Amino acid sequence: MIGQSAMHVLAGLALLAAPVSGMAESKSAPAAAPLWQENPYPSTYKPYPGEPTAIVGATVFDGTGGEIANGTVLLKDGKVVAVGDAHLAVPDGYKRIDGTGKFVTPGVIDIHSHLGVYASPAVPAHSDGNEATSPTTPQVWAEHSVWPQDPGFSRALTNGGVTTMQILPGSANLIGGRSVVLKNVYARTVQAMKFPGAPYGMKMACGENPKRVYGSKGQMPSTRMGNLAVDRQMWIKAAEYRKKRAEGKLTDRDLAMDTMADVLDGKILVQNHCYRADEMAQVIDMSKEFGYKVSAFHHAVEAYKIADLLKANGICAAIWADWWGFKMEAFDAIPENAALLADAGACVIIHSDDANGIQRLNQEAAKARAAGRRMGIQIPDGQVIRWITLNPAQALGIDKQTGSLAQGKMGDVVLWNGNPLSVYSRPEKVWIDGALLFDLADPKRRPVSDFELGLPGEGDVK
Amino acid sequence: MKRTSLMLAALLLAGTALPARAADAPTVQAPVAAGDFAVTNATVAIGDGSGPIAGGTVVVRGGKIVAAGKDVAVPAGVPVIDGTGKWVTPGLVTAMTDLGLLDVGAVDESNDSSAASARFSAGLDVSLAVDPDAPPVAVSRAAGITRAGIAPAAANAIFAGQGAVIDLAENGPATMQPRAFQLVELGERGADLAGGSRVAAQALLRNALREASDLARRSGGKAASDAGQPVDALLTRVDAAALVPVVTGKQPLFVHVERAADIRGVLALGKQFPALRLVIVGAGEGWRVAGELAAAKVPVLASALADLPGSFETLAATQSNVGRMTAAGVRVAIGGFYDLDQPRYAPQYAGNLVGLTRVPGATGLSWGQALAAITSIPAEILGEGAAFGSLKPGLAADLVLWDGDPLEVSSSPVSIYIDGKPQSLVSHQSRLRQRYRHPGEGALPKAYE
Repeated sequence: MIGQSAMHVLAGLALLAAPVSGMAESKSAPAAAPLWQENPYPSTYKPYPGEPTAIVGATVFDGTGGEIANGTVLLKDGKVVAVGDAHLAVPDGYKRIDGTGKFVTPGVIDIHSHLGVYASPAVPAHSDGNEATSPTTPQVWAEHSVWPQDPGFSRALTNGGVTTMQILPGSANLIGGRSVVLKNVYARTVQAMKFPGAPYGMKMACGENPKRVYGSKGQMPSTRMGNLAVDRQMWIKAAEYRKKRAEGKLTDRDLAMDTMADVLDGKILVQNHCYRADEMAQVIDMSKEFGYKVSAFHHAVEAYKIADLLKANGICAAIWADWWGFKMEAFDAIPENAALLADAGACVIIHSDDANGIQRLNQEAAKARAAGRRMGIQIPDGQVIRWITLNPAQALGIDKQTGSLAQGKMGDVVLWNGNPLSVYSRPEKVWIDGALLFDLADPKRRPVSDFELGLPGEGDVK
Repeated sequence: MKRTSLMLAALLLAGTALPARAADAPTVQAPVAAGDFAVTNATVAIGDGSGPIAGGTVVVRGGKIVAAGKDVAVPAGVPVIDGTGKWVTPGLVTAMTDLGLLDVGAVDESNDSSAASARFSAGLDVSLAVDPDAPPVAVSRAAGITRAGIAPAAANAIFAGQGAVIDLAENGPATMQPRAFQLVELGERGADLAGGSRVAAQALLRNALREASDLARRSGGKAASDAGQPVDALLTRVDAAALVPVVTGKQPLFVHVERAADIRGVLALGKQFPALRLVIVGAGEGWRVAGELAAAKVPVLASALADLPGSFETLAATQSNVGRMTAAGVRVAIGGFYDLDQPRYAPQYAGNLVGLTRVPGATGLSWGQALAAITSIPAEILGEGAAFGSLKPGLAADLVLWDGDPLEVSSSPVSIYIDGKPQSLVSHQSRLRQRYRHPGEGALPKAYE
């Protein structure tokens, strides 16, 4: 996992000439030395303090698909201590929260957000999500664009119960750059929002957007076949770079190739914007051709057409509930997409891609489930909650830390004032790493970004 | 299951000459007229702001609502649909949308919603381009939308042109009211279109209203006039003529503004040109001037859930906007709906405003108010409150039967009537759903299914 070893230890680079450290002498030939920091912008996120908390009497959806009536959830020292039914004893020293008639879920996770890189207000000065000057820009990192004062973070927390988000570059480019996973806790720096230990993602895009953006400039790609050709050429280059890197034969560092080689090494997860079924099938073959894995297809509106293929390849479909028809490649979107995928045993994630949609991922999941029910596909509430919790955690490689209510995991928890699959329900309290960071009844537990201070409305709290 | 009775009713309504409920009905029967039926034992919501009525009945004759409520008798011989477990509402109304103006938003060839290079602006008339067969119309109809105001989008001038009111009945013709309103941009968008500032937009607007007033005087109040424009006129004759019904108060002027100061500016305009029938569209900061809006009796079409400072003219955006304006006495409908933000989301938005009533410090809507904000109020704003938008007697029998609470995200229409006629729920989407019920090819490719 990225961040475990602070430095690459490679040999053969020009940088070796510099007296970096004395590590080389401890290695066998060829001499190895740290050449560059593998994790140069490390997370400085620190959980805020919380008090030992027991939520009792609520219906608990644990994120794995399970449902516990009259459940108890214990949080302490930032972690989930225990989850059980009414028989689970609440130890002394815990603050009891009465959850009777209410519902508990893990913190909601949005695997596809552009908060911070397309911040509100949506003025050109805030347009930092697409480095649309070259069709492939694996060298750019979304975290270098994120504005931590985006007012959207607060709305995602207070209305959506979102505790973790993947911030992605846009889809103008075939390879858009690195994503970053953030905890939804306002901070002065992006580093202080970064999810500790989360792997990076690499954003890729199929279809209309890259070929439109670059075709209109009279350059490649201007077609879907151009899309694949440019991608493949990049992977060929990346494979050579990776081989040299492993052999210690690199002579020049290449930021773009660093990222792609890390994908080939399995350290960085591919998050691939791709609408059409036939294009997803092409990408699956491309990933096998070059030896990488797609973690999730995002905006996969036609995933239902190849549910079997996605299941067989272990690739999640990250989708909207019912966006339809706004562009040619969205013409075959259907609201039953999620239910059909689930029915076929494939992995479903409901995502937002939208500063408004991220406030209601629970409702989106509910709509997707209802569409399935109308065609005879029954999916229990707990499984539906998994679409916005554990499944996105898995596709982000952070499921060991969050995404479900299991002992030892981060205390990322939402208490809802009703069933989260109802339009009438809202988050009542949200804990992140065990710290109470939103409380419907307490204006002091409601964040206001710097941008909104002193302005009319002041963050929708007036 | 009610499938049988619903299908029977559909057959009857389609004009099939079956005897109506012979077992229950009195002996003497005239042939059942198309558009005659009743729904019983349903939860009935009138759409006028009142709450839902359990065990209610709706009676429809000749395509019009005859009665709706708790103790409503079903006239002899009228076919009855058992609505047990169902909800009945008026068909949903969208006051502003692009339905029928595009097939696929991002496919320019199919999109007639704006014309950046057009020679005309206020004179543009969308009724000449509305296509009732556009795929989004069928998708919206299946979601319970039965009537809509179709608005052009401004692209070459502050005036977008003239909107139309349509019904969404299958097998159109759809247009029921051409040239129903004029739309003008006066906020950030208007500033951009006017040459770079709100100052310029205001000057253009006032000049246009004066040129139209002059034309009205010269032509005796008639829009279609041979009276030419003065040599120093900025408006083409077509555009000036199109604004005559605006300045004479025959056609509402929809004004898109968001910030509080701009809303006040529109209200001031109304004092300067008292004949204007103003509707404010957007009003993201409307709650800050809610009292003034109410006093001026200017209705508003606002987004329900826009709570982000998406621009500098919506810094005070809040989900409480609609609730606060409504509480102040403003007639507020939810909308408009464009492109990705499609009319079928209206019930979810309305439901969220009901949920907001449980948030301390926030202002939402009651359930009845929320339904009115997507039925009768948008109809009123379109000037059609006496024609459709609620289940009051005499109005068009636009009905939706739902499988549950219509504002709940898990609910959806099970049958839809426009002017008392049953409507198809089939769309491109529903056909795809059937084809892909199970992945994998069968004995023949999917293309044969």
